[in-house]
Amino acid sequence: MLDTVILIVFAMIGLSLLLNVWRLLVGPSVPDRILALDTMYINSIALIILYGMNMGTELYFEAALLIAMLGFVSTVAVCKYLLRGDIIE
Amino acid sequence: MRLETRFKWLPTPITSTLLFLVWLLLNNSVSTGHIVLALILAITIPLITSPFRTKQPLIIKPVLAIRHLMLVLYDIITANVQVAILILGPTKKLTPGFVKVPLDLTHSMPITILASTVSLTPGTVSAEVYPWRECFVEGQKPQQRYLLIHVLNLTDEQELIKTIKQRYEAPLKEIFQC
Amino acid sequence: MTEWIISILLLIGGSFVLIGSIGLVKMPDYFMRLHGPTKATTLGMASLLTAAMVFFSTSQDALSVKEILISIFLLLTAPISAYMMIKSAIHHKLDSIERTQGKDNIEDDV
Repeated sequence: MLDTVILIVFAMIGLSLLLNVWRLLVGPSVPDRILALDTMYINSIALIILYGMNMGTELYFEAALLIAMLGFVSTVAVCKYLLRGDIIE
Repeated sequence: MRLETRFKWLPTPITSTLLFLVWLLLNNSVSTGHIVLALILAITIPLITSPFRTKQPLIIKPVLAIRHLMLVLYDIITANVQVAILILGPTKKLTPGFVKVPLDLTHSMPITILASTVSLTPGTVSAEVYPWRECFVEGQKPQQRYLLIHVLNLTDEQELIKTIKQRYEAPLKEIFQC
Repeated sequence: MTEWIISILLLIGGSFVLIGSIGLVKMPDYFMRLHGPTKATTLGMASLLTAAMVFFSTSQDALSVKEILISIFLLLTAPISAYMMIKSAIHHKLDSIERTQGKDNIEDDV
């Protein structure tokens, strides 16, 4: 049963990634695109964790943690660039 | 509001506990070696980095802080369900709005915590703090600050302001005693 | 029994993540779009990671709690990135829809 549930959740997260891509392509303004990217990195963490559960290994945990950190820092950096025209003042 | 701890070797108790826990969680073990290493890291890293950091107010009532944390976690769960219902419902009926909440807090660290809890709880995202810079002059009355929040479905402005002030701001004031 | 718990947690998490993305696509203006990803996605991720925690704890006979680190990290960073994004949106003077109340509460930033 668990394998089926994992496949269903894979499909759900894949669908939400597609919705994010739609917002990334259509998004009328730059902050919209940042928001889409921000949501995409969180969804990709979910995808990686699910893949690890599917394979039965915990090796992918470190990758997920790294994506979480880099995603947050890059969101803040891009927002800072939009706000000030400079990242480190 | 208190900035200094009683012990010189422990400048920031919360950072130390956090470092200790994170090290043990990262290694996923509670063996003696890792506990000793975590203790060493938890004491030396704040000691080395505290001269670079501006002093932040300390938590004076830890028990109340933990109770407040539990309340906020519970609120996050209910908030998520509410927002999910709002999102799935018809968009035409939503009445968004910007609300300015006057703050009693003056220091920027409790304000940051308040803004974060407001962002995570029902239908509100904190947008801005006015005035943006902290103009804190010794011996002078600090000026009134406002928190601008965006509400997804605004029904009663005064009620919302009252809820935020009573439910989230009053415990913070008590915890930091400022 | 544990299989049921894991399945339910996974389904709850997956649906919350999906609802967050639906909110991202469906809402009419930027400020309303921000609500979906910051809140629904956070709880969805917390639920998914709890499921992973239970799964690895039961399948390997050793308690595995490090997934909770990612949940805490996401819980701490979600409001901060939301604040940065809404601040940059206000700076760019993005339009909010007509029926938004209290628009004059926004002050010009420096």
